[in-house]
Amino acid sequence: MSLDRRKFLGITALSSATLLTGSTHAHEIESKTDEVYGVLVDTVVCIGCRKCEWACNQEHGLSDKDLKSYEDKSVFKEHRRPNASAYTVVNEYRDPADSSKAYSMKVQCMHCNEPACVSACIVGALEKNELGSVDYDAWKCIGCRYCIIACPFQVPAYEYENPLTPQIRKCTFCHERVAKGESPACVSICPNEALTFGPRSKLIDLAHSRFKANPGRYHEHVYGENEVGGTSWMYLTAVDTKHTELPVLSAAPLPPLTEIIQHGIFKSFVPPLALYALLGLIMHTIGDKNEEQEVKE
Amino acid sequence: MSHHEIAVPMKAKFFSTGTKIVFAIMLAGMAAVAYRFIAGLGAATNLDDQYPWGIWIAIDVASGVALAAGGFTTALLVEIFHKDKYHAIIRPALLTAMLGYTFVAIGVTVDLGRYYNIWHVMLPDMWQGNSVLFEVGMCVMIYLTVLYIEFIPVVVERFKGKVNLPSPLSFLNGIIEWFLSIADRTLGRFVSLFVIAGVVLSCMHQSSLGTLMLIAPFKTHVLWNTPISPLLFLLSAIAVGFPMVIFESILASRSFKLKPELGILSSLARYTPALLGVYLGIKIGDITIREAWPAVLESSPQSWSWIVEMVFGVIIPIIILATPRFRKSIGGLFTAATMVILGVALNRINYFVIAYKPVYADYPYFPTFIEILVTVGFISALVLLYRACVMIFPVISVPVGQEPKKEEDGSRITSPF
Repeated sequence: MSLDRRKFLGITALSSATLLTGSTHAHEIESKTDEVYGVLVDTVVCIGCRKCEWACNQEHGLSDKDLKSYEDKSVFKEHRRPNASAYTVVNEYRDPADSSKAYSMKVQCMHCNEPACVSACIVGALEKNELGSVDYDAWKCIGCRYCIIACPFQVPAYEYENPLTPQIRKCTFCHERVAKGESPACVSICPNEALTFGPRSKLIDLAHSRFKANPGRYHEHVYGENEVGGTSWMYLTAVDTKHTELPVLSAAPLPPLTEIIQHGIFKSFVPPLALYALLGLIMHTIGDKNEEQEVKE
Repeated sequence: MSHHEIAVPMKAKFFSTGTKIVFAIMLAGMAAVAYRFIAGLGAATNLDDQYPWGIWIAIDVASGVALAAGGFTTALLVEIFHKDKYHAIIRPALLTAMLGYTFVAIGVTVDLGRYYNIWHVMLPDMWQGNSVLFEVGMCVMIYLTVLYIEFIPVVVERFKGKVNLPSPLSFLNGIIEWFLSIADRTLGRFVSLFVIAGVVLSCMHQSSLGTLMLIAPFKTHVLWNTPISPLLFLLSAIAVGFPMVIFESILASRSFKLKPELGILSSLARYTPALLGVYLGIKIGDITIREAWPAVLESSPQSWSWIVEMVFGVIIPIIILATPRFRKSIGGLFTAATMVILGVALNRINYFVIAYKPVYADYPYFPTFIEILVTVGFISALVLLYRACVMIFPVISVPVGQEPKKEEDGSRITSPF
């Protein structure tokens, strides 16, 4: 195990183009490109300590429970989902071939490359940030919850108990920290390389190098590399992802179908105007005929 | 062109026994709406992060829009294709559409969490042309305005030269008269432009409602998850238009003790088997091409709901209305029309609720009593407003010579209550 760990660190260091700064940030890859950032979630090395949950709750003021209380692993008995007061939760999945083998999996917004929620939003309250995060602007939001319908990962949560100013709540990818060049709160606290923050393409390289260095330990598929057009957050799993809570999705991004239909209907307003003209013509010609008939009568 | 019929305000006591019951349901519904606004969606509904949309979207909004389709289908038939013998159905259909869409707008407001931001949809810097919901919202708003404009001539006909508000408001009489005479002089020339616009807007958003769930293909049951869903929505909306007119006409005749216009209604019903037939054919073709027939037979709630939708909402009404003997009887017409209406409503419920599969579903969605009360309350309010409107305005036609006696002064805006 410790050998594997060292190997991982070595690979991380190798694949990083730049110097690694400090031990707590050992799993961050710095970028000089303007490509979107992502996080690689390695569920094979995750120890399920739930410190990421604590850090997230601290960062966003969601809970003031002390770090110690997160050591309670009984929460793994039930499948939890992120909700309006918890942007990320850690769950457990088991190897279907050997149910004694348990792995931990942090879940949160995937920050899709082509987010369905952004395409769906009626007022543009959700936007894909150039740094990678899908950002929410409560001031614009009308609370229609179409984003929740659209999300293939069932991530956006809503403050149903708030009668007056309910908001959509989800992982922010700590976009303010990321904009300042810091890593997200959860990544910063992660005690091992279960969470790696960096430019998305570098994370994919890192994932493949982990596959190569550790034959047999991984299900060799980077979940999120291609799913629904790719996501900023990606997962490595020990078993086929269909045995985990990650939904089975195809590679095609979701927005194009509805957007093609919409833009087809509205192409420079030609189709509606053409229909208008056609109906006007029918109305006019048939009307004339009727009048002619009346004159004849 | 002479019409042998004339639209007149209905004469009856507003509060019949039935009306009183409907009124009571409406009051209960209003209380439920108040509860939703005070306590929030979480307390009032079974909506949650698994099921963000429930019957308010499926019935109040989606079915409401579909069942208001009589407005544009009759406009198409009578005003664009000039089938003048159906002239009498224009106004009832227009009123249904106007009130129907009004309640769609109110229904949306109740469902929206941040309803006070609804005007954001109109701000150009928040326009989101990729969003299907944006197009639906815009079209519904504009169409609602068009429907009110189309109704102005009815108001003019009723009140021009007769505005006589009682004393505290009497100073408004001149102003209202002035507006009515302006409308009378100008609208006649332009109203056909609005009629065509109404048809175009309807085609756009009726179909777009069927595009809404295409953003969530992994969460939609295969039976409804088809890229031609917008076409199916448009075709089913067109097919339900005339049955809705027939349904209301028969009910209104009974309520106001008029002789039902059996000839016109049976004649109108001839279109329905053809329109439903096209819908059925495309639906069957779609299921066949997508090889989804096994899903029809999978014996799940979804498959049963699909079968009910198709058999009772489409196939049986086609058979009834294609049989002259049934089509020429009030009973046959009313039965078939009711089945088509319920079938299309079930289709919308299926599409937005039954077919929706959350990624992590721990339980099925079922509406709360409050949700049902709000929906039933809105339908009751719609029925009452319709009744009030046909008693105030000349909407329903009667044969010339059979109209109720003119009022003595013919002037006062009399309260129907």
